[in-house]
Amino acid sequence: MNDMSGGNYVTSDGRQIGDTLMEMKNITLRFGGVVAIKDISFDIHEGEIRAIIGPNGAGKSSMLNVISGFYHPQEGEVWFRGSKRPAMKPYQVAEQGIARTFQNIALFNGMSVLDNVMTGRLTHMKTGLFAQSFWKGKAEREEVENREVVEKIIDFLEIQAIRKTPVGRLPYGLKKRVELARALAAEPKLLLLDEPMAGMNVEEKEDMSRFILDVNDEFGTTIALIEHDMGVVMDLSDRVVVMDYGRKIGDGTPDEVRNNQEVIDAYLGVSHD
Amino acid sequence: MPDQLLFAMEVTLNGLMAGVLYALVALGFVLIFKASGIFNYAQGVMALFAALTLVGIMDGQVPFAHLINAVFGTDIHHFGWHVPALLAIFLTMVVMVALAWAVQRFIFRHLVNQEPILLFMATIGLAFVMEGVGDIMWGADIKKLDVGLPQGINEWIDITTFEAFGYGFFIDNLDISATIVAIILVAALIAFSQYTKQGRALRAVADDHQAALSVGISLNFIWILVWSIAGFVALVAGIMWGAKSGVQFSLSLIALKALPVLMLGGFTSIPGAIIGGLIIGVGEKLFEFLIGPMVGGATENWFAYVLALLFLVFRPQGLFGEKIIERV
Repeated sequence: MNDMSGGNYVTSDGRQIGDTLMEMKNITLRFGGVVAIKDISFDIHEGEIRAIIGPNGAGKSSMLNVISGFYHPQEGEVWFRGSKRPAMKPYQVAEQGIARTFQNIALFNGMSVLDNVMTGRLTHMKTGLFAQSFWKGKAEREEVENREVVEKIIDFLEIQAIRKTPVGRLPYGLKKRVELARALAAEPKLLLLDEPMAGMNVEEKEDMSRFILDVNDEFGTTIALIEHDMGVVMDLSDRVVVMDYGRKIGDGTPDEVRNNQEVIDAYLGVSHD
Repeated sequence: MPDQLLFAMEVTLNGLMAGVLYALVALGFVLIFKASGIFNYAQGVMALFAALTLVGIMDGQVPFAHLINAVFGTDIHHFGWHVPALLAIFLTMVVMVALAWAVQRFIFRHLVNQEPILLFMATIGLAFVMEGVGDIMWGADIKKLDVGLPQGINEWIDITTFEAFGYGFFIDNLDISATIVAIILVAALIAFSQYTKQGRALRAVADDHQAALSVGISLNFIWILVWSIAGFVALVAGIMWGAKSGVQFSLSLIALKALPVLMLGGFTSIPGAIIGGLIIGVGEKLFEFLIGPMVGGATENWFAYVLALLFLVFRPQGLFGEKIIERV
């Protein structure tokens, strides 16, 4: 693998990785007296699958919430597509092209799968309230255009059979997939996955891994994902950030990280005598 | 046909018409509750405020006239013009949207993620403020509201039923128009929420706030939208009640009648609000007709609440509400 700190590189499986898409600079996040993230910096390149791993409570989810605008760090800067991002509301972050899934699945349970995935297109639909209410032609045209994108994603993730099913009735694994579909529907520049494989059985995990790789491959989507299961992550990701107790203790390719003594200590525990 | 049955039929029909109005008020509650989890105690006062504003605009009343006169020593009351009903309704709607914005901007934006009881208390405060502001703006006297809807007995129904059964039904034209308007309103609301992008966003917010944020929906916008729609529903309800019994402060009390409707229909169900309203409307009229004479009458005052109480005991989620299943 080539030099990775300076930008473009080619992965071991021959994919060309682009310029820096997002850069976190010296992020510190506190909740009252508790320091959830302590002075962490890392970057995400275009086309890359970037993982953030660490034991429970390491601050991974907090980091993802900083990226997606749910939390605002007390210190540090977030750079996206070459410019410093001001403090933003989550919906503004979504409008910028950052889509996400949630650890505990946040879907619209009362709505059908199709409707759920269609909400992912909201940032691409520009007609206003009055056009939508009174101008049938225009609203309809926009709906049809966006439906096409959505149908493609539904096909891609193999959820055609449950298109009309209310999401609340689906089993866990499928819900996770619908959530991925909704995030993908936004055609995001950066896709954030919060423990996409949490609570899944081996078969579901394999399916999900395949979809994540396919999404990255097919659409060239940049992906940042969180996992605490080391095994899955190492196979999927190009580069890995390792967190422990809010600090960054490792950053590099899966192989580099795997041989990092601090990472091994964090995962296996070390005696402090 | 026996007389008793004919009377009962007439009573049922009149109950349905009254139920439509209950349903309209309850609908306003459901909309806001679904989208934001706020139980809006001020919904009834919103209907009053909308009706007051409509009358004020139609009659060319100067808003805050008493206040202005008291401060500047002037003596102005009217602009001296009359605004046509349709234009006045439109202008009132503009006021209601402004109100929705103000409520969101100055109250609920500061209460995001607070306990439901706090939000509820805020709406009680809002109810009193709006009642006071309505009073200062337009005066406290009882006003007549006439937007040109037909009133009085519907002669066609009277004659037709007389020829058919030998007994003419008394149905008020105003109730018929109220029903038609309510049906159109509900159909429009359903179409809006099902077929427009904002409607989809609205349903999304009703379902899950975090997820809605993550797909780029501004909660603030949706909440202003939903308060505006609730304002519109309040306006329609205010017009109907106002045309029926004059615009006066007791109008805000109809909100209390909407409570049993919500118990029946469930707080989160739009069809529930409608059917609950109809059941209460028909139920209290029929009960008064059948049982009222035996217990000395005036059952309409309490029937709805007793029915609601029974529902609370035996089916707390209402007819259509989501069943609460606690996972252990």
